[in-house]
Amino acid sequence: MTLEGLLPELAVIRKDFPILERTLAGGVPLIYLDSANTSQKPQVVIDTMVDHLEHHNANIARAMHQLGAESTEAFEAARDKVAAFIGAPERDEVIFTKNASEALNLVANTLVWPGERQVGPGDEIVITEMEHHSNIVPWQLLTQRTGATLRWFGLTDDGRLDLSTIDELITERTKVVSLTWVSNMLGTINPIAEITRKAHAVGAIVVVDASQAAPQLPIDLSAMPVEERPDLLAFTGHKVVGPTGIGVLWGSRAVLDALPPFLGGGEMIETVRMEGSTYAGIPHKFEAGTPPIVEAIGLGAAVDYLAHIGLDAIHAHEKAITGYALEGLRSVKGLTVLGPLDAAARGGAISFELDGVHPHDIAQVLDSRGIAVRAGHHCAKPAHARFGVQSSTRMSSYLYTEPREIDALVEALEYTRSYFKLDRA
Amino acid sequence: MTAQDLDALYQEIILDHYKKPHGKGLREHAGHTAEVHHVNPTCGDEVTLRVHVSDGVVEDVSYDALGCSISQASASVLYDLVVGKSVDEAMAIHQAFLTLMQGKGTVEPDEDVLEDGIAFAGVAKFPARVKCALLSWMAWKDATAQVVAGDGDN
Ligand SMILES: Cc1ncc(COP(=O)(O)O)c(C=O)c1O
Repeated sequence: MTLEGLLPELAVIRKDFPILERTLAGGVPLIYLDSANTSQKPQVVIDTMVDHLEHHNANIARAMHQLGAESTEAFEAARDKVAAFIGAPERDEVIFTKNASEALNLVANTLVWPGERQVGPGDEIVITEMEHHSNIVPWQLLTQRTGATLRWFGLTDDGRLDLSTIDELITERTKVVSLTWVSNMLGTINPIAEITRKAHAVGAIVVVDASQAAPQLPIDLSAMPVEERPDLLAFTGHKVVGPTGIGVLWGSRAVLDALPPFLGGGEMIETVRMEGSTYAGIPHKFEAGTPPIVEAIGLGAAVDYLAHIGLDAIHAHEKAITGYALEGLRSVKGLTVLGPLDAAARGGAISFELDGVHPHDIAQVLDSRGIAVRAGHHCAKPAHARFGVQSSTRMSSYLYTEPREIDALVEALEYTRSYFKLDRA
Repeated sequence: MTAQDLDALYQEIILDHYKKPHGKGLREHAGHTAEVHHVNPTCGDEVTLRVHVSDGVVEDVSYDALGCSISQASASVLYDLVVGKSVDEAMAIHQAFLTLMQGKGTVEPDEDVLEDGIAFAGVAKFPARVKCALLSWMAWKDATAQVVAGDGDN
């Protein structure tokens, strides 16, 4: 099967991911359609991490020996790779965190403390109804702690942000606008530039959750006009073919310098006296303690791998697979896709409902055929509530997904319908 | 999991209860009732369940549940098994069901006690689904304890 836009070297790419060779109980081959949850890892990421542990392991920054120097160099080289991956204006603006959740919490926590950007009563924080819980709960905590007010963009029936209220939502009271670039449930791609321009015009800072965007959209922060460039951007390593335990917060130097430290500890200081301490500059100011060294190095290899294939090509592949999947899913009786139906306007995560079968039961039947999908609320309960559904089934593709895997999904959904005897009253 | 495992999980009895649940819907009663709302945070399954007890007997269990076939069917079986029993007997049935579900597939269920509930023996082998099967049962225990303790709505 050839589909326009597919990665030309798809067969070779699939060979890079050893797990795709796996068979599951009953000898069925794995069909992995849960990449929005976590992506699989290419051999080069695994090898880079093993090589580091086997040959270069030492703590960074504080070890005055050869291994320490090698380890530090590898860790800082990973920062350079991540900076290049997102086109960061400065490599020191890249902060390593544990995951996207920690990156978002870092921002929402430091805005509580005294500083140039401190949020207080009367201030407003604007989010959206399609956020992952990781971009809702930290802001609820912030508003509870500061007396500020949380507001949000609602959604249209076709799963886009309802921008008709933008003038009422983003006002001179707005201190922060935080939103996802690509929805992990609806797949929607949000107009980041337009919203950032509007927020900047009222002096608010913009935080973008790029957890689902970084895997599939080319990001070039330096190329964005300053008025349209977010101030902070978070993503998580394990969704960009990197390991778990590592995430990224990019922030403009101006904003990061204005935020007080997050966690205190080793490496984040300039000097420590019993009476008080002074802090290191960015990025170290926000990296207290021994970081996930080998995970950061693995992430560096991961983003290099993606950059080598090319994010434009990966995006085209995702669009082609998503379009093909939308078409296939539409052929299943009683199936409703949640979110935009136009493959060009969405990412590669497709949530759907199947009349008469609960998502859990769908996922269980699919699993018996080796097909891995996600069932539940995908950490986006408010977005589900908006569409009056309690949970959904989500398939998500990535650069290694083949059209035949979508065919297998569609066939397995037909089988699910017959298993639950949906055509019999 | 294989196709056979799938059939072990989705016994015909379970699918029948799922399609035609017994006792579903919330009903009003005068006196001794308690209502609870339980949620399975990992999947979002929810149940609102009311227990009505009179003279030490479970007179009614009524419920409104959102969830998968396993959680819906287990609420239906719960209704069949505990309504009309004394609170003590019902608690013993609850214990037998709990033991079955927590037995990782090693417990041999007693059909005299659990009736259709024995169909859930297959579910016990799927750790991810045990919580689904127990959702309404845990809600029932909680509500019943409240009525018995007199915290319910008298
Ligand atoms: C849009 C979005 N934001 C945030 C996260 C949180 O990522 P993590 O759990 O790695 O912190 C996820 C992934 O689950 C996501 O899809």
